[in-house]
Amino acid sequence: MTEHESAKPGCKEKAAKLFSIARSGAKLDLAAIREKLSKATGPTYWRSLEELAEEPGFDEVMHREFPRLASEWPEGCSRRDFLRLAGASLALAGLAGCTKQPLEPIVPYVVQPERIVLGRPLYFATAFPVSGIARPIIVKSMEGRPIKVEGNPQHGASLGAADAHSQASVLGLYDPDRSQTISYNGSVRPWEMLQATIRAALAQQQASGGAGLRFLTETVTSPTLASQIAAVLKQFPNAKWHQYEPVNRDNVKTGAQIAFGQVVDTIYHLDKADVILSLEADFFSPAGLPGFARYARDFTSRRKMQPGVAMNRLYVVETAPSLTGAKADHRLPEISRTSIAHFIAAQLGVSWERASDGSVARASDFLQASEQPTFWPAVLEDLKQHRGASLVAVGDQQDAEVHALAHAINQALGNVGQTVTYVDPVEANPVDQTASLKDLVTDIDAGKVQVLAIIGGNPAYNAPVDIGFADKLSKAGLTIHLGMYDDETSALCQWHVPEAHPLETWSDARAYDGTISIIQPLIAPLFHGRSAHEFMAAFSQQPEQSSYDIVRGYWRSQFKGKPEDFETTWRKWLHDGFVADSGSKPRAVTVHPLKLPKPERGGHGTEIVFRPDPSVYDGRWANNGWLQELPKPLTKLTWDNAVLVSPGLAQDLRLATGNVVEIESRGHKLRGPVLVAPGHAVNSITLGMGYGRTRGGSNGSKRGYDAFQVRTSDAPWSASGVKITRVGKDYQLARTQNHQIIANETAIGETIKRAPVREATLAEFIANPRFAQEMKEEPARDETLYPPYEYKEYKWGMSIDLNSCVGCNACLVACQAENNIPVVGKDQVRRERHMNWIRLDAYNEGDLANPRTIFQPVPCMQCENAPCELVCPVGATVHSSEGLNDMVYNRCVGTRYCSNNCPYKVRRFNFLLFSDWDTPSLKLLHNPDVTVRSRGVMEKCTYCIQRITRARIDSEKEQRKIRDQEVQTACQQACPAEAIVFGDLNDKNSKVARLQAGPRNYGLLAELNTRPRTTYLAAVRNPNPELEKKG
Amino acid sequence: MAEDPTVEVPRTGKAPVLAPGHTFATVTDKISAIVLSRRTTLGWVMGFGVGLLLTMVLLGAVSYLLVKGVGIWGINMPIAWGFAIVNFVWWIGIGHAGTLISAILLLLNQPWRNSINRFAEAMTLFAVMCAGMFPLLHLGRPWLAYWLFPYPNTMQVWPQFRSPLVWDVFAVSTYFTVSLLFWFVGLIPDLGTLRDRAHTRFARGAYGFLAMGWRGSARHWKNYESAYLLLAGLATPLVVSVHTVVSFDFAISVVPGWHTTIFPPYFVAGAIYSGFAMVLVIAIPIRKFYSLGDMITMRHLENSAKIMLVTGLIVAYGYLVEGFMAWYRSDEFDFFMLKNRMLGPYAPLYWLLIFCNIVAPQVLWSRRVRQSVGALFTVSIIVLIGMWLERFIIVVTSLHRDYLTSSWGMYYPTKWDWFTYVGTIGFFVMAMYLFVRFLPMISIFEMRTLLPEAEVEAEAK
Repeated sequence: MTEHESAKPGCKEKAAKLFSIARSGAKLDLAAIREKLSKATGPTYWRSLEELAEEPGFDEVMHREFPRLASEWPEGCSRRDFLRLAGASLALAGLAGCTKQPLEPIVPYVVQPERIVLGRPLYFATAFPVSGIARPIIVKSMEGRPIKVEGNPQHGASLGAADAHSQASVLGLYDPDRSQTISYNGSVRPWEMLQATIRAALAQQQASGGAGLRFLTETVTSPTLASQIAAVLKQFPNAKWHQYEPVNRDNVKTGAQIAFGQVVDTIYHLDKADVILSLEADFFSPAGLPGFARYARDFTSRRKMQPGVAMNRLYVVETAPSLTGAKADHRLPEISRTSIAHFIAAQLGVSWERASDGSVARASDFLQASEQPTFWPAVLEDLKQHRGASLVAVGDQQDAEVHALAHAINQALGNVGQTVTYVDPVEANPVDQTASLKDLVTDIDAGKVQVLAIIGGNPAYNAPVDIGFADKLSKAGLTIHLGMYDDETSALCQWHVPEAHPLETWSDARAYDGTISIIQPLIAPLFHGRSAHEFMAAFSQQPEQSSYDIVRGYWRSQFKGKPEDFETTWRKWLHDGFVADSGSKPRAVTVHPLKLPKPERGGHGTEIVFRPDPSVYDGRWANNGWLQELPKPLTKLTWDNAVLVSPGLAQDLRLATGNVVEIESRGHKLRGPVLVAPGHAVNSITLGMGYGRTRGGSNGSKRGYDAFQVRTSDAPWSASGVKITRVGKDYQLARTQNHQIIANETAIGETIKRAPVREATLAEFIANPRFAQEMKEEPARDETLYPPYEYKEYKWGMSIDLNSCVGCNACLVACQAENNIPVVGKDQVRRERHMNWIRLDAYNEGDLANPRTIFQPVPCMQCENAPCELVCPVGATVHSSEGLNDMVYNRCVGTRYCSNNCPYKVRRFNFLLFSDWDTPSLKLLHNPDVTVRSRGVMEKCTYCIQRITRARIDSEKEQRKIRDQEVQTACQQACPAEAIVFGDLNDKNSKVARLQAGPRNYGLLAELNTRPRTTYLAAVRNPNPELEKKG
Repeated sequence: MAEDPTVEVPRTGKAPVLAPGHTFATVTDKISAIVLSRRTTLGWVMGFGVGLLLTMVLLGAVSYLLVKGVGIWGINMPIAWGFAIVNFVWWIGIGHAGTLISAILLLLNQPWRNSINRFAEAMTLFAVMCAGMFPLLHLGRPWLAYWLFPYPNTMQVWPQFRSPLVWDVFAVSTYFTVSLLFWFVGLIPDLGTLRDRAHTRFARGAYGFLAMGWRGSARHWKNYESAYLLLAGLATPLVVSVHTVVSFDFAISVVPGWHTTIFPPYFVAGAIYSGFAMVLVIAIPIRKFYSLGDMITMRHLENSAKIMLVTGLIVAYGYLVEGFMAWYRSDEFDFFMLKNRMLGPYAPLYWLLIFCNIVAPQVLWSRRVRQSVGALFTVSIIVLIGMWLERFIIVVTSLHRDYLTSSWGMYYPTKWDWFTYVGTIGFFVMAMYLFVRFLPMISIFEMRTLLPEAEVEAEAK
């Protein structure tokens, strides 16, 4: 140090040197450098050419750049010297450019953390639990900020796919509306005071063995949490643990109970099934069956039209149009799913007894009763012909009876062990949740509850209306709510504790197949949240345990190997994101003689059906802008829910989209806007959950209607005899695909003519594999005076398989997270200004009552003859040497001519300042590799150019070309169906080049000679020839 | 006028260009008096006030626009151009009549133009100003508009010359420059006259400054004549080129309904059509309120009406060809575009346009209508509305349902769209009021050439 100081030149010299460097930075003797390098022995690492050249003054700059000490200001710096130094810094600053830079302090790492290289992301495997079920994810972290969620390719439940919900969870993490303080009746309290309160309450409960102590959780699969609760219950044997969440699997459990006498989980193996009958089982929606991502992968693996892989066939019977229905080869919109299950079961020789009257079903009863005289027998025949390779799957919302019948059918068809396996339940304590909540309310009414701890969930909002949970809550004595938001429930509880986000805390959960994932934090709790484990610990003997200690301690206690191996194993679990071979054990079960409960369905009048919202689910993500603005796949509705009405019923009741109706069911009423949904079952309406929140945050409150207002505990999924009356003024719904497209004759006619999506039956495809290419004429490539573009190195291209795309919206959210795409809000969506770089077009074909839907993801086509490039007056969109239509944001002046001239309308414009530049927590969310766009700038899909660039840097360091699939675009990466493939078209062996050479490949609007670089693979359906003939 | 028995009415039955009874002195007196000695009437103040008020609306709308962004307008993703471009094309079209009158008719030796060219040119200038505002304001980042000019910069970045928007910049800026010069040069002799006749020192100083030392010497006149003729020669191709280039904004694109080769002539005809309508809309009140019936005679009105009739028929032909080509090309996108215009959601506007631009002006075949001031005024207003609608139909209906049905949308202007549009009309009105108040709205010296006395030399020959 002393040496350093003595060597330090005086202030004047220093200033002079700085000047000389500022002025003549580039004066270097390259020959001298080479010489020096050649003379050196051993590895030589150098930081810059100046260092090598030993340019006088380099030490000085080094010293200034990396100040080890505050050596800047020696004594005796005169005013003149100060000015000279200031002048030197100005000269240096001038090099940076003329624009005004924002003034901000930069705090460098004093000690560089291990593994963190600024600008390089780190990836951590963890899981995102939804309704208890772990969705395996890998989270990308930039300098300690989690910014993007990706799927875990090694986990069987993801295989690299990430759904919309878990991807949007990073926005939920940074949500500024999350509750931030522990509060007691609205005023801030410290954690210690809550702990003291709990201790006091527990001391009181000690005597009665916890008779007044109740825990209410959502579905729990976490072994650690379950063991914590069990430990507390052991200490307080009279305490009770209740579970409730609105999107529960009660019917599944009851169905299994009826069929097998025990609760088991059903796992489907769609890759092995040739014929699939789905009774409202939604395999592909993230709000559908657990395991949807794997199911989508398995199902579409049979639809890639590869030689040697026979195409499967999917029949769907459902009320409201769903993603699965859209993929069906035959779809039947029908209210009563029971009857087809009865019919097939009876024909397969399954008999059952009615618990009510003891009547026994016989096959002959159902022959004449067949409601669909062509459809049912055809399905039955198809299933019979594929014994052992067929599958009947049932949706969670179906009556228990249907589940039981399906188990019997699958057994009769020999599918068990083939396409269906039964395993131990994933839930830690599978109970009938509606009954569980009812018990709790009964106890509250009886005044038995003195302490109620609500761990997660929002029962005050989403409990069945007839239970009146919200009203009863005040009678429960001490009420404590742990939740991420200050919501409806916390408003009614005395204590509210902010909950840590799954990305902020340690925990564990099980995937749909039982595989255990350890949830690890990516960031310290932003808003001082507590995890459920820490919260539960407050009820235990050791109230001050951290989540890490609790979770790790639990797994250490469960560890079977040598104790010294635990650390390595634990690290491997964390690294992989799951515990290998921890899946639920298969259970050998056989169907008992069926004793079915008495049918609950009245069967008269219009039926009302409740469904979780595809975006906001049961309302838990109501404040998540990405999910709110995510167009619901079939209706393209954003920011609201609507009453889905079939076109037939709408005609009868003279309703149109946007009309407000009052719905009365079992004495409860609500008002909501109608949305006419083609393909909806006729005599039925669907209500979506998750809206009408009163305390849902700035994005989530006062949107849509609250379906829970008419949902009763005896009819949680469907109720008949509903009254619909039109009332009041119309309501404006914001949809991204104009409503005209769905019901307008002109649009339908034009769509057929223009053939944006192309489809054939399997027979047609076999007869003419190139059917899609022959539908439109593409201009010859040599009809031009100009030489073609040369792509010397790479020529990026993309292939999108319409046959695989299930329409799950995962790509949209992936793109939004990767590319810092702003949320614009309902009003702007209504003005048709949503910003999705990749959109999901849905085209309906055929009869309004039951159309076929094809999804088409549309990113930028990166045309070779790009119309946009030609018309930009400032050259803000230009053709790159690798074939991308590069968008230069800082050159764009915003004439929007490029968008007008884009036949695909994939360009998006910042009409206003859409990006959030102010909210501090949301700044952390941004991907630093992508510009945050300002107002007045055009933007569009870039093929994730930042990922290409990163791969290029890596490959150039290793002096090789970028390998095939080394670059995956965000949309491709998230896709559960592997519908999107990106790569280098110059490499004839690349996956994308091979797909584009295939027979199904066609270019969208290629007849315009735009030569799109993103092309599509036409869809092929596999209808039952029997039904085609009759139909 | 015609009923004066002492005047020989031409056999053709045409009204004279300048009513008889005028001498050099009366012409000069009458025109300069409007500026110099006539009292400012309450009507002028009120009209000017309305213009000023609307200009304030414009300023407010523009300020809000600059603060918030173009999102305050009704434009959206399929329809990225809306009122701004509609108004731009409309205003610039209106400007065309002025240049046509002053330059082309000068070259074609049509002396009747002398009584209307001055205010028609002023109209051109103000219309181009209004027009020029829109392309600037419609930019997402208007403060960077100068990037459209090829100015030398350290980045060595140039405009992208293949884009018709860059051609637009050149076309419109050239047009404005030439029009301004032409108008100003034409004003110089009259400014000299005003300087000589002004009563107040200020006026004398101001006009004197603007007159640039005009003394009326023979050398001055010689220089003036050649400069004026040269400028007329320069301006003449601009009449055709500017709107041709503007039409390229559309014709170059791939949008069905825009990608049409008929656009250049059709746009030019449409421009002159609306321009003459605007000339009549201005001339008729001026003629009435300033009692200039003897200088802007029925002959002028009738000639303007005839030009409107001709250009209106060319425009009608354009519609016809568009329809024919859509059918003949058998391109499904084009054909649908046409069908959508006629039957789609904007069909009422399309049929209103057909009525305004094709049906209504057919009354101009009748001489009685052409000689009725009120009827002419009404038809002109209808044509102006019709030509605005035409641009609306071209811009909006082509974009709102283009190639992919999934991206179809609707365009609804917001109040800010209307404020901006009405605001430019206000600016135009205000500028015209200022013009008639402070500058000779009719060219004094050119009017004098219309007098029989001016023919002496010719007769002597």
